[in-house]
Amino acid sequence: MTTTMTAAATVDINYRKVIARALADELATDTKVVFLGEDVGAAGGAFKSTEGLKQRFGDRVRDTPISEQAIIGAAVGAALMGLRPVAEIMFADFAGVCFDQLVNTLAKYRYTSGGQARVPVTVRMANGAGAGFGPQHSQPAENWFLNIPGLKIVVPGTVEDMYGLLRSAIRDDNPVLVFEHKNLFALKGRVPAEPDDAYLVPIGEADVVRTGQDVTIVATQQMRHRALEAADQLAATGVTAEVIDPRTLVPFDLKTVVQSLRKTSRLVVVQEGPPDGGWGATLIASISSHHFELLDAPPTLIASDPVPVPYSTPMEDAWLPDASRIAAVVLQLVRF
Amino acid sequence: MTAVQTETVTRDRLLEMQRRMCEIRAFEDIVKDWFSRALVRGSTHLYQGQEAVAVGITSALRRGDTTTCTYRGHGTVLAQGAPLDRSFGEILGKANGLCGGKGGSMHLADLSVGALGSFAIVGAHLPISVGAAWASQLLGTGAVSATFFGDGAANIGTFHEALNLAGVWKLPVLFVLENNLYGEYSPITTTTANPELVDRAAAYGMPGLRVDGNDVVAVFDAAASAVARGRSGQGPTLIEAMTYRQSGHSRSDPAKYRPAGELEGWLARDPLTVAERRLHDMGVETAELDRLRADAEAKVRRAAERALSWPEPRPEDRFEDLWVH
Ligand SMILES: Cc1ncc(C[n+]2csc(CCOP(=O)(O)OP(=O)(O)O)c2C)c(N)n1
Ligand SMILES: [Mg+2]
Repeated sequence: MTTTMTAAATVDINYRKVIARALADELATDTKVVFLGEDVGAAGGAFKSTEGLKQRFGDRVRDTPISEQAIIGAAVGAALMGLRPVAEIMFADFAGVCFDQLVNTLAKYRYTSGGQARVPVTVRMANGAGAGFGPQHSQPAENWFLNIPGLKIVVPGTVEDMYGLLRSAIRDDNPVLVFEHKNLFALKGRVPAEPDDAYLVPIGEADVVRTGQDVTIVATQQMRHRALEAADQLAATGVTAEVIDPRTLVPFDLKTVVQSLRKTSRLVVVQEGPPDGGWGATLIASISSHHFELLDAPPTLIASDPVPVPYSTPMEDAWLPDASRIAAVVLQLVRF
Repeated sequence: MTAVQTETVTRDRLLEMQRRMCEIRAFEDIVKDWFSRALVRGSTHLYQGQEAVAVGITSALRRGDTTTCTYRGHGTVLAQGAPLDRSFGEILGKANGLCGGKGGSMHLADLSVGALGSFAIVGAHLPISVGAAWASQLLGTGAVSATFFGDGAANIGTFHEALNLAGVWKLPVLFVLENNLYGEYSPITTTTANPELVDRAAAYGMPGLRVDGNDVVAVFDAAASAVARGRSGQGPTLIEAMTYRQSGHSRSDPAKYRPAGELEGWLARDPLTVAERRLHDMGVETAELDRLRADAEAKVRRAAERALSWPEPRPEDRFEDLWVH
């Protein structure tokens, strides 16, 4: 893990607060970084994940009207003029409101202009289910963008990855969508007390979170933690699971997964969100097509149900894959 | 029609504007011909009849200022100084086109002259110009952004979001509404509850100027006052330029929905003719005006021939220009 790479002093911080910390460190490092969104400034963000930035960075942090299309479009325009804007879309679900700006403008600007333009825009969105926000405020929206060449997609699942990936996203010269999982806001972790580039997490590198021999479980964000829980349960039965968090969906670090499969020969992908048209199915298709010889059992996708995210606790809980379901699928594959 | 007289357009300046308009007209005559001979793919949307808007507005801009425009954007991008041959090249899909053949007629862009791009999604570009103006405000460059769009675009959400954001942040934006009376095949009165589009400026805390969009001088004057306002930090302006699309919406549209006599009325007020009349009044001889037009046509023809001679992109070039590596 990155935290062991340096002896510098560290501080404990949670996933929600580390967002402001990462933003502050980039705003402080590069005066070209600017930040805009609804209630992000004076109010410190709908989730209080951007507190203190307005006070510290003044005009470079802007509260906007409720105008998602203008937020993304303005970020693109400012980027064309040399700034490095970070735009917040409060809930990832609202990406639907500015879908055109994200997929037709942001993603395609450089390509359509034949490489004339650079559009270093970072779009941050609160993502995912499990907190009882109901069908229009709970969707894991990362899969919506998988089919749009031109957008990098990062899905940090720990405090350290949130910090390191958000900073890398802001430094990237390409558009990057950063999905911040709402149900991980209270998660604890550790970052350097002072801004430190050693803690940057490169975009496009998976993290082998736990090593094991019998199965490779690939999972992101909330599911990464449930996969680890499942690995604990499995260990009691003598099955060791390797857990990989890709951390970035585009570009996807296929190599790390393939390397793991050479050892385990079994693949389980756990995806928060309905099964069709997502990164989980894509990963399984790609492994089945190109690395069939590595597999001893059918690669299996564990996903949410193909219904909207329901509000009530028993229904939402059941919608999200949990550790015992993951463990049960693994045991089936081990016995295959 | 209101127009604030901010600066007198000199004879030389007007001649320069006329030269530009003649080039754009000749450019699109060739595009029209190419399209009929299947040298242009997909669709193409001619700007003919509206040249005074792009030329009048961009003549009030300086280096560092930017524009965005629509799929009907040949005129704006050329008016801002994109090279004729590479603009032709893009429309032909050539490797040396402005965008390497990735964009085509609807996506001409030349960032080196501040033409940030042409957009094929109605209204999508208004926020881009707002963002460019935001950068100008933050960086203190004094640059203004002009964004060109149609009457139909006044009914899409980005119009309202962009005008409001520019209004509340007091950004140096010229919202140039080219009211050519139609959105595709629908007359404005059938789609717009209140067709007095200029009145929408008040809703977003900015002045609105309605000008004769076929008179390059009137357009220039309005632009000059809006630019001065923007540069001095007073915020955006909505300019509604009343004009007319002489062709149909796109090259496949015979425009049968136009009432009899409407086109003829507007042709009599063709922007090139209006400017010629003004130049005449300033003492420019007919022979000089004819020469100006002929020279422009010859220059455009040479650019077209160059573009035609250029190679096509290679299939593998499609993988280029997606990412900054
Ligand atoms: C969002 C969107 N909806 C519809 C279209 C199809 N379309 C292309 S141009 C156009 C008419 C636009 O009219 P106006 O804004 O007046 O511009 P003009 O073509 O007259 O210059 C329409 C409906 C589109 N390109 N984008
Ligand atoms: Mg129109």
